[in-house]
Amino acid sequence: MRMGGIRVPHRKNTDRCQSVRLEVPKTVTIPMSMHIGKYARVVVKKGDTVKVGQLIGEADGFVSANIHSSVSGTVRKIDEIMTSNGAKVSCVVIDSDGKQEKYENIVPPKISDFDSFVKAVKESGVVGLGGAGFPSFVKLNVHDLNKVDAVIINAAECEPYITSDTRTMVEKGGYVFKGIELLRKYMGVSRFIIGTENNKREALEAMKRLADKTEGVEIHVLPSVYPQGGEKVLIYNTIRRLIPRGGLPLDVGVIVVNVTTLAFIAEYIETGMPLVEKCLTVDGSAVKEPKNVIAPIGMSIADLAEAAGGLKCEPAKILYGGPMMGITVPSMDEPVLKNTNAVIFMDKKEAAPPKITACISCGACAAHCPFRLDPRSIARAYKLEDGAALEKLAVDLCMECGCCSYVCPAHRPLVQTNKLGKQMLKKYLSAKQAQKENDLKERSVRERQEKEAKK
Amino acid sequence: MSRLISSVSPHFFTKRSTRMIMLDVIIALLPAAAASAIVFGPRSLLVIGVCAASCIIFEFAFEKLCRRENTIGDLSAIVTGMLLAYNLPVSIPLWQAVFGSLVAIVVVKQLFGGLGQNFANPAITARIVMMVAFSGSMTNWVFPGTSKMPDAVSSATPLSAAAKGTVSMMPSYMDLFLGKHAGCIGETCALALLIGGIYLIIRRVISWHTPLVFMATVALMSFFCGKDPLYQVLSGGLLLGAIFMATDYSTTPHTKWGKVIFGVGCGLITILIRFWGNLPEGVSFSILIMNIFTPYIDKLTRVKPLAGGAEQ
Repeated sequence: MRMGGIRVPHRKNTDRCQSVRLEVPKTVTIPMSMHIGKYARVVVKKGDTVKVGQLIGEADGFVSANIHSSVSGTVRKIDEIMTSNGAKVSCVVIDSDGKQEKYENIVPPKISDFDSFVKAVKESGVVGLGGAGFPSFVKLNVHDLNKVDAVIINAAECEPYITSDTRTMVEKGGYVFKGIELLRKYMGVSRFIIGTENNKREALEAMKRLADKTEGVEIHVLPSVYPQGGEKVLIYNTIRRLIPRGGLPLDVGVIVVNVTTLAFIAEYIETGMPLVEKCLTVDGSAVKEPKNVIAPIGMSIADLAEAAGGLKCEPAKILYGGPMMGITVPSMDEPVLKNTNAVIFMDKKEAAPPKITACISCGACAAHCPFRLDPRSIARAYKLEDGAALEKLAVDLCMECGCCSYVCPAHRPLVQTNKLGKQMLKKYLSAKQAQKENDLKERSVRERQEKEAKK
Repeated sequence: MSRLISSVSPHFFTKRSTRMIMLDVIIALLPAAAASAIVFGPRSLLVIGVCAASCIIFEFAFEKLCRRENTIGDLSAIVTGMLLAYNLPVSIPLWQAVFGSLVAIVVVKQLFGGLGQNFANPAITARIVMMVAFSGSMTNWVFPGTSKMPDAVSSATPLSAAAKGTVSMMPSYMDLFLGKHAGCIGETCALALLIGGIYLIIRRVISWHTPLVFMATVALMSFFCGKDPLYQVLSGGLLLGAIFMATDYSTTPHTKWGKVIFGVGCGLITILIRFWGNLPEGVSFSILIMNIFTPYIDKLTRVKPLAGGAEQ
């Protein structure tokens, strides 16, 4: 059995570009939501002096993340910005003094057991750096550690353009393996699998060299087929386990962690410096020289473009992340986020949307779906507002990788319909549930009335 | 600064388009056109041209009339026109060819919603309508090399010769393979059709399942019925139908097993008509009948979504 997928152009122009640290911008704008979950609570006020690594936003609620200042300087204001999905979120705007002074209280965390390890990960503010932005401590805080028999380290980096994970493996390979040792020690896992694509030769060699010296680390070199780095795809292609519908990797005894996230956790535990900067790829047809940079979180996209060498032309579209699943940046004032692994600047030609034509029923969408869904039928069911059909077609399995939209010769917006279909299915299921409960209630009322009537 | 485009992912798209797929089909059909010009003379090219042109004109006119978007740029009308011409005898009066194009494009394709919406193959359905309407000129076979005047010399096709048992009129394997025998414009030269089929498979426009299963079924059934399998596969419209018409996207199944079932069904019906029916040839009917079953075959062979554990 094979999972579907597509061959996309790699465009890994930057895989040999050593990452360079950018100069600190004059101001940074740090939003309180750079993760999945509840927004963090601002803990500084206008006029406060902050230093690099100082807490400015505190995790609020169970799924949330700490946020730290990426510069030293003064808080200019607490503002509100619009995120890419249109929601308003408060942000801390800091004027940098250019000194980049380290916060005094930064010391390596003391770790003695699993709980203190998870606490340290929480305090570092780290979220899934592969792009998902899910708070890492929530993922690692497994209640029953016996259930986990393998950790898969996601180093597939299957999106075109992006090479920041590749550079992590080359430049910070040591930390990746220190991270492995941490998980081994505190989570009791003995089997580690590094899943990567075969187009990363340099990174692969670095990983192999280190793996030879470490016990229980397997390296799986997978074909460069998008979406190899999709969590469920990676689990299936490395250890042949299929996650049940609606389930999590933990249901099959696996934790998947991004390679850069793991390296960061190890680095944090050694230095105590929280997540304040990010290695990211700057590329795309509008960029003068593609490169990998280390940028402070909160740096504006405009500053980033400038500091990374400038643009060839006015960009028509800018992306957080890669071209397959990336999110469009609404304006050049938007900041670099924790989970930004690339910023792609596209010129007019690259950004031009293709013309949508009639479906010719070629079946390419279904043939390439990793989960063997049928986007053509899903689109039809969505149009007919047929919730039952959507449930049968398992639209909820769709991970929105975009293979269907990519391969469609009629360029139909299939993944977009899938997303809408998922929402429609949710509504349908909750309505169905409510109906069921209502029926039960009515029945019990009727039965009671009948009983009373008999009396 | 100009506004940035906001859109939902993905932001990359394949360069392959409907137009490119249709262009591939046209390219794959060209060897057969060349072969027909050699076998039947230049009139075959005239018929192909008339059919293709009239299909484009009908599509354009109909869409204009209905104020639909003009789609002649996707080249699908040309494919339909060429396929229709390939299914006609070279001696066909041109006005009848134009009528066939009208049926194919307007009745079978556009009235059902246009490209991708029709349930029956336009070229095949038009051919069957023409067989009923103009049975004389649709069976006026011309033997290659006598193409001076179409209706001067009528001849038997390899299948009608075989059906009647007139062994003297049955061509050799080599003649069948190269197309030196009576038949429709595009169906005689097996070599040209196979080249086109291989091209389409290499270009991933079609999969090998339907054509191969279709041919294998015909060969196997012929063998069991005591007929010559190779002769049956190489004659009539089998190769043209199996490669170019039983693989039409909108009128045939999408799943792998669906394609296999479709091929088997077509093969069986073809054999039934050839050996026991009134007509010498049954490929067109077999494909049309299986077109009707397509939605059910698709439903029957639907692929289960890939998810582990207990399904809800």
